[in-house]
Amino acid sequence: MHPPERRRPQPWPIRLTHWANVPLLAILAASGLQILVAYPRMGPRGRPFAVYPFQDAMPPSWLRLGDWLAGARSWHFAFGWFLALNGVVYVLYLALSGEWRRRLFLPRRDTRDAVATLAYYLRLRPAPAQVGLYNGLQRLAYTAALIMGALSVLSGLAIYKPVQLQWLTALFGGYDPARFIHLLLLVLLALFTVGHVVLVALHPRTFGEMITGGRKPDV
Amino acid sequence: MSERVLTRRRVLLGAAALATSACDSQRPRAGFLGAMDRFNERAQATLFHPTRLAPEEPVEQLTPPGDFPQYFISDTVPLAPAGWRLEVGGLVARPRAFSLEELRQLPRTDSRIRHHCVEGWSAVASWHGVRVSDLARAVGADPRAGFVEFRSFDQGYYSSWDAPSALHPQTVLAYGMNGAPLIPGHGAPLRLYSGVKLGYKMVKYLTTVRFLPEATGGTWEDRGYEWFAGV
Repeated sequence: MHPPERRRPQPWPIRLTHWANVPLLAILAASGLQILVAYPRMGPRGRPFAVYPFQDAMPPSWLRLGDWLAGARSWHFAFGWFLALNGVVYVLYLALSGEWRRRLFLPRRDTRDAVATLAYYLRLRPAPAQVGLYNGLQRLAYTAALIMGALSVLSGLAIYKPVQLQWLTALFGGYDPARFIHLLLLVLLALFTVGHVVLVALHPRTFGEMITGGRKPDV
Repeated sequence: MSERVLTRRRVLLGAAALATSACDSQRPRAGFLGAMDRFNERAQATLFHPTRLAPEEPVEQLTPPGDFPQYFISDTVPLAPAGWRLEVGGLVARPRAFSLEELRQLPRTDSRIRHHCVEGWSAVASWHGVRVSDLARAVGADPRAGFVEFRSFDQGYYSSWDAPSALHPQTVLAYGMNGAPLIPGHGAPLRLYSGVKLGYKMVKYLTTVRFLPEATGGTWEDRGYEWFAGV
């Protein structure tokens, strides 16, 4: 295997797992919102959470999948495994190929560049020099998305099996807090997706690379 | 339009139809969703541990009175018929009918554990009654009975369980809630309560418990809800 810096920008395992996320996240988000419709409140019965501002608000029907509670649960629990599997394949590939070095956010290496890039986006400073595949802010965003995906699966398991996996449910603060965190992660992943799509639209070359793999850097 | 386009369109439509029938929300127990449902059932049964207990909740977690939902499918609260008895039968050595007084003479179990509804809410009450496992011992249930079916006088609402979940130490035939006798709204005179299943598996207004060699279905399970429904 070539060292990562001599590889194409997007090797095929990255492209495959990246594009698999699109239908999987869409199915899980939409079926999850249909499940939420059955009880659109956060907090246990008789003790609604004050921190949740959308008590009783229904997600619009065009954002939902599964028609009814049992149908949506079947979609959700059928495809949740594939999202988890996709994440495991991605992480294993990152670890074994060494790709993690140019993709994951390492605080000591990347913080300065992440701040400089953010300052550039806020029109406070000129663009920092781009070295390597990603800048620090991109690494931060993609690493955060990976962690959010992992937490989505784990908080989902915590509310799917609050007795058999009670240690996991307890880590999220109990059943109802875990359910709230599961929904919060959906919102955060949706915000990430919006930002991701906007930035890709501003840099169309990256879109092509995620399809073709891009060119190997000149040696 | 050329024939080739027509053919391609037909192939696409066929693929779409196949995908639709494999993932039919109205029939989640069939097709691909059904295959995954059976996979999840096995995964849940594997994850289930017969002695792992749902955590006891502290008193402060009790759901305020009136906020614990009542559930029945009849139009009005079902009331026990005069001379109510619990019929216990199937693969048992000594089939018999129990009056509530006779059930009260069996060992009593108390627990305060969280209720998980399929809709997503949770609530806490304390429950007391007799363990299904103690009842099984009293009637000499055959170990070959891998399933237990519970039926009610609430328009025939019923559900069948895997025996390991039914015989779990926190699965009880409850005749009391929060220290008081069970009221009609919560399933009087006798209801199933368990720490290891979703609420729709907990049959209220019980009439019959049968130890069976095979799974039957359930009121919601027959409409497409998952059968195992462990938590």
